[in-house]
Amino acid sequence: MAYTQPHPRFSVLSASSLSSAEHLSPTGSTARFSLPSAQSINTTLGTPKPNSRPNIYDRNINKTRTTEVSAAAFTFLFSEVVQYTQKRVSGINDLERRLNTLGYRIGMRVLELMVWRAESSSKAPKREIRLLPALMAVHTQVWRAVFGRPADAIEKSVENEDEYMIIDNDPPIERHISVPKDMNQLSCSSFTAGIVEAVFDGLGFPARVTAHHTPTQQYPSRTTILIKLEKTVLEREEVLK
Amino acid sequence: MAIFGLWVINKAGGLVYQRNFADGLAQLTSNEYLVLAGTLHGIHAITSRLSPTGSSSGAQVIEGESFKMTILLTATGTKFVLLTSLTETTADPVLQKVYEVYADAVMKNPFHTPEMPIRSEGFDSRITALIGSGLP
Repeated sequence: MAYTQPHPRFSVLSASSLSSAEHLSPTGSTARFSLPSAQSINTTLGTPKPNSRPNIYDRNINKTRTTEVSAAAFTFLFSEVVQYTQKRVSGINDLERRLNTLGYRIGMRVLELMVWRAESSSKAPKREIRLLPALMAVHTQVWRAVFGRPADAIEKSVENEDEYMIIDNDPPIERHISVPKDMNQLSCSSFTAGIVEAVFDGLGFPARVTAHHTPTQQYPSRTTILIKLEKTVLEREEVLK
Repeated sequence: MAIFGLWVINKAGGLVYQRNFADGLAQLTSNEYLVLAGTLHGIHAITSRLSPTGSSSGAQVIEGESFKMTILLTATGTKFVLLTSLTETTADPVLQKVYEVYADAVMKNPFHTPEMPIRSEGFDSRITALIGSGLP
């Protein structure tokens, strides 16, 4: 898992030359964080063409706060993502893990963007350090930033005290997906689980997050995002009490 | 007024979806349906070349004494065929809706292989919601 390794950001500080694209990538060491080469960013920034469109990196981040992407375009993209991934894995667990990894990379960026926006817009920006407010923030703010509406419920596991669940009655990314019967334990919301895992990791609550399909009569595509926190988190909560 | 059945024919003339909604037409085996769909595909190809004035979209409605079939040809060559009674007036809007459901529940489903038979629960249930499960 990414959080068990030394934090990849430290390697950037020791990088002597910024001209190398590899050193610019903060995360060359772990596959989970693999980013496209940063070379192209440097070259486009260095020689701006007079008539070209403004660079995406120069755009005001707040402008896109309320913009929406086409649900149809996203669904086609996600469908291709699943098909692409499915061709390269050996089983359902592997497929879910790869989707989780893809979601993780989005979650990192979602958290960064949300913190950035909170800092620039609110007078008293706040970082969640307690578990329950952090859960609420994921349930409400992260869901709103990613899916445009809050999730439907948060539950605490009865059997295990390190487990929490976020429930979405109709996950938008699965709206048009019909999982075949022979793969019925697959939940494509593993992608969402990856987003949640990255946000919790980033907030300092390392956890294992998985997605499970828990249909009800009323909501056939109801999905439970199961968050299994690491022991250290619960110990810290005890201290903070 | 009744909708008897729905066929979806892929661009090669293969029947990828067939479902009956109301009694009234002869019951056929799945093999016979495949043959009929292939024949309709051929007829459609002929009718689309018969137009004396430039290109044509081909046959749109074929009527018999007791039923008619309405054909919707999409830009990708997939054909939707609705078998209805003669008095049914909603065939065209229903076909447009079927096309929409197909685009959503089939084309956006990562577990569907293009040009292959449609086995998607989402498509089945949404067609049921649109046309009904059997009764007119």
